[in-house]
Amino acid sequence: MNDPAGATLQLTPDERSMLDGEQGDGIAMAMRVVVGLARVHEAPRLVEIESAHIDGCLFHGQSGLDFASRLVDLGATVRVPTTLNVGSIDLLHPGTVRNQTPAEQEVSLGGRALMEAYLAMGARATWTCAPYQLDARPGLGVNVAWAESNAIAFCNSVLGARTDRYGDFLDICAAITGRAPFAGLHTDEARLGDVLVDVTAIPDRVLCGDLAGPLLGYLVGSRVGTANPVLVGMPTETTEDTLKAFGAAAASSGGVAMFHVVGVTPEAATVDVAFGGRPPTETITLTSDDLVQARRELTTASEGRLDVVSVGTPHASIDEIASLAALLANGSAIAAGVDFYVSTGRSVWALAQERGHAEVLATHGVHVVTDTCTYVTSILRPQARVAMTNSGKWAHYAPGNLGVDVVMASLRECVESARAGRVVIDDDELR
Amino acid sequence: MTTSSADAARGMPLSAVALHAGRASGTVLHLDTPLSFWGGTDHDGTIIDAHHPQRGQSVTDRVLVMRAGRGSSSSSYVLAEQLRQQRGPAAIVLAERDAIVVLGAIVARELYGSDMPVALITEDELAALPTGLNVTVDCSTDHGSITAAR
Repeated sequence: MNDPAGATLQLTPDERSMLDGEQGDGIAMAMRVVVGLARVHEAPRLVEIESAHIDGCLFHGQSGLDFASRLVDLGATVRVPTTLNVGSIDLLHPGTVRNQTPAEQEVSLGGRALMEAYLAMGARATWTCAPYQLDARPGLGVNVAWAESNAIAFCNSVLGARTDRYGDFLDICAAITGRAPFAGLHTDEARLGDVLVDVTAIPDRVLCGDLAGPLLGYLVGSRVGTANPVLVGMPTETTEDTLKAFGAAAASSGGVAMFHVVGVTPEAATVDVAFGGRPPTETITLTSDDLVQARRELTTASEGRLDVVSVGTPHASIDEIASLAALLANGSAIAAGVDFYVSTGRSVWALAQERGHAEVLATHGVHVVTDTCTYVTSILRPQARVAMTNSGKWAHYAPGNLGVDVVMASLRECVESARAGRVVIDDDELR
Repeated sequence: MTTSSADAARGMPLSAVALHAGRASGTVLHLDTPLSFWGGTDHDGTIIDAHHPQRGQSVTDRVLVMRAGRGSSSSSYVLAEQLRQQRGPAAIVLAERDAIVVLGAIVARELYGSDMPVALITEDELAALPTGLNVTVDCSTDHGSITAAR
């Protein structure tokens, strides 16, 4: 093609100079990718981004490593502050990720090389899927380029910063050029609500519990697909952890990248504001019975022996780790035969060590996983059959990724079940 | 290359929007439902999605015709892997602007010199490309075309 920018895309002189290779071959390669995507989206121009979050550092195969290595070889570095999502290995806790089979060794070697390539381009060694728990959070209306579906949903919905659904390859190219296609959720129109979700029939006690986020997210994602849901009836004191769990589940069961919670999230002061004055395309009413049903759908083993508990998907916040430590401190030990994992980011884990939570977790035999996550790489022992989680996202992906049966439970149920060595759940928590 | 009366009846040749540059010929594999490369195909190009009507067929060297891709952004990765190992499609023809498919094609060109075009036609025009038809997909300019090949 003679003009890769095409007829409709307008580039600034600086962007044209990047594309033409005047600022280096690595920047030119990254710009070709950004411009190629802008053409597909029929974007009229590119938008300057203030930060990036990269998901390409998880090893899926040789092409991902080839891509990052090529950019490094061509001298590319990031031009905006850039955080990194989880990798395939836990750099702080060697031995956490299994390294026995040839496939595991390939992931371990390739995964480490991939993580090093992204560091070489100047990204920060954050290794977390919850970059919104770090010091640098983009503000309302700021354009960024974030990858990883839960981070995208949180960024748009809870922070009010603007990112489209970016993924592997494009994320690093946006970081290198400081540009993204002006399309999708960067535009005002695409951020408005589509579907009204009424949860007023569910008691506030349940909505403030830790099952509300994942179960509502699972239900809403399944129903709305990629549309923008608007929740009414959530308590004003709804926590960021609940919103995190909601977004992660809704992005897994559906493709939600933007949601509004009226009275809670920043672009939804009222229903009318959230919808931009348009009528909803659909109204969905959810009840406690729907939550019970959602838990059943996410649960593939409802009783019997328990092998694994995994919490912290997306990565546990400091508040969630404090809650876990408090639950563990008041009671008996975890049963022999149950492996209890918490996944979190290394910066949150450092805080947990400072505040003494880490010691409580260690005393009670909880394994901490940083830099990666229990469902994306080989961590569980191969004999594990039944796993409990408080994450709708983990429950959605683990049966396919890991071949385990899953029980969806609250954090309290996770701890009680781990102590009992068997599944202990009670649907009264949802009524 | 000739335009036969049968082609004319089907509406061939078709004009197409070039979503990704390239030129290739091959035999059409027309998918009845959208396909996710991630989880839906393996690195050898075989359709493994248990729910897909064309499970077991190979996309390798075919002109893959489908309304749209489906699913996760990791599909770009899988498509690039297939093209790296020369197990990918010869060309892809879509009726939606699918950024994930195009991204896989862009990466494979940057890294491995792949020349797999991605063409956009209308949903109605998809019917002109049944499985088994030999075609050339030419997206070497913005105004692409799909013509019958000998």
